[in-house]
Amino acid sequence: MALLETHDIYAGYGGMNILNGVKMSIEQDEIGVIVGPNGAGKSTTLKAIFGLLNISEGSITLRGDDITNNAPDALVRKGMAFVPQEHNVFVSLSVEENLEMGAFTRKDDYSYMLERVYSFFPDLKDKRRQPAGELSGGQRQMVAMGRALMVEPSLLLLDEPTAGLSPLYMNEIFERVIAVNESGVGVLMVEQNAKQALRIAHKGFVLAAGQNRYTDTGANLLADPEVAKSFLGG
Amino acid sequence: MNELIFFINFVLISGAVIGSIYAIGAIGVTLIFGILRFAHFAHADMMTMGTFIVLILTALFPAVGPAIGLPTAFVMMPVAMAATAVIAIGLDKAFYKPLRDNNVKPVVMVMASVGVTLMLQGLIRFFAGTGTQSLYIDDRKSIFSFNLSDASESIVVTEPQILLFLFTIFAVVALHIFLNRTRLGKAMRAMSDNPDLARVSGINTNTVVGVTWVIAGALACAAGTLLSLDVTLKPDLSFMILLPIFAAAIVGGVGHPYGALVGGFVVGFAETLAVFNWAILLRPLETAFGWDLPADLSFVPTEYKITIPFFILVAILVWRPTGILKGKVL
Ligand SMILES: Nc1ncnc2c1ncn2[C@@H]1O[C@H](COP(=O)(O)OP(=O)(O)OP(=O)(O)O)[C@@H](O)[C@H]1O
Ligand SMILES: [Mg+2]
Repeated sequence: MALLETHDIYAGYGGMNILNGVKMSIEQDEIGVIVGPNGAGKSTTLKAIFGLLNISEGSITLRGDDITNNAPDALVRKGMAFVPQEHNVFVSLSVEENLEMGAFTRKDDYSYMLERVYSFFPDLKDKRRQPAGELSGGQRQMVAMGRALMVEPSLLLLDEPTAGLSPLYMNEIFERVIAVNESGVGVLMVEQNAKQALRIAHKGFVLAAGQNRYTDTGANLLADPEVAKSFLGG
Repeated sequence: MNELIFFINFVLISGAVIGSIYAIGAIGVTLIFGILRFAHFAHADMMTMGTFIVLILTALFPAVGPAIGLPTAFVMMPVAMAATAVIAIGLDKAFYKPLRDNNVKPVVMVMASVGVTLMLQGLIRFFAGTGTQSLYIDDRKSIFSFNLSDASESIVVTEPQILLFLFTIFAVVALHIFLNRTRLGKAMRAMSDNPDLARVSGINTNTVVGVTWVIAGALACAAGTLLSLDVTLKPDLSFMILLPIFAAAIVGGVGHPYGALVGGFVVGFAETLAVFNWAILLRPLETAFGWDLPADLSFVPTEYKITIPFFILVAILVWRPTGILKGKVL
């Protein structure tokens, strides 16, 4: 059974639909990558999945269970975590407090997860007492991802984790995403660095105007000249 | 020597007293702003309401205080703080939450709180009348005076003033520990920093809002009670200090609890310094410098004290709109 499935969802802001039937499916061991032009509805898709927007039509299932229009805290308890595209750290909270907020729904002792996140992102360990607002863009992305990992999600939604990062940092983030996935976390990720992202994707979804334009494996999408021409910059 | 004692009594002690009251009130206003993003105008009447709950409890159990050796009203204060916290949550559920759920603009929330303040004023007058009440029913206010060696006047501190100072220190330390060491306190700071991300993290924002009202309501009750213990209780007592409380919150940087603390004392001392008759302090120098001092040499006559927070407010908005400590988040 698929980890996450969206069945032709329609959603938008203030009654106007931005998504017009988005269809996606990823398995527990997969990385799914959503690409597409600016304004295609990529972020809107993730927000709709995570219960931040009202879904007017269609449904979403997590391992077969209907989670359509569940509230974010319910989804966190069901093992989902989301890193938004923008404003994805608490700037006035220290790095460690950011991570603790990721574990807010946990009632058990999660200190071992702090250590695991620090070993995952060693840069953060020295900065644990520093306000997240004082970190570099790349370090903030690490804090944002670390915060999401604190609940030990089975599904991680990432919205442009490499936005604005140097190629070096971008590769480091992608490596981390692969490592997270290999530890058993399903990943659904929006990426602007489409070629690099599709290279690590098991599944790729090309979105345009709120609809799937292409849906295939990452490798097939990279090999398709049509896709390359219209969406991957040749 | 007497001159110095006048200064200590009328500037330092008075300033610290009123500054503490402003600070406790402003902390509540600033917490509500930090979480709910609107200026809660009903805060002053929440203080008065809490104080009337203290008055009722004091009238019901007048013998409790003398038995312990503290003013009965002070002993009853924690109970009334809890009651006010519950009422604050009720007011939120009845008047503010429906608006919040409809995503109204902050100014609509502000107007709603003006409505709540008028309602509370009416209710308080309806049940308690318009007269002046004393929170001392079966007990008397203890007064401590300290004599300095060669002075005929003495430094005077009253028991409620000492209780006020102790409570202020306790409240600030407790709030500091709550906001920085506890899971809910950190969640409160997180929500004030970035409410969308707080939701995404799975923080139950309704719980945080509830905690905010509990703290703000309890502190409002305490501020009103401690002020009324120092002077007397009138239905419009707290409303009169609404402006200085907002001035304190803004001076310190809205949404910033330590700023509210500093702002409270800035406004409090500014008031006492401005209405102090400086002629008293300068009189000994009169002959030495050949001055001819008038009898009253204060910056502002006492009756116009209310202009001082107003002036501070305008000055800070022009000069440094973000407040002294650059507020925005808890
Ligand atoms: N909060 C909002 N309110 C109203 N409309 C919005 C809002 N956020 C996005 N939109 C609109 O929805 C459409 C899709 O936006 P979305 O953020 O999903 O695009 P995207 O594919 O993530 O683009 P980008 O690559 O720039 O991040 C856009 O036309 C945008 O104007
Ligand atoms: Mg986007």
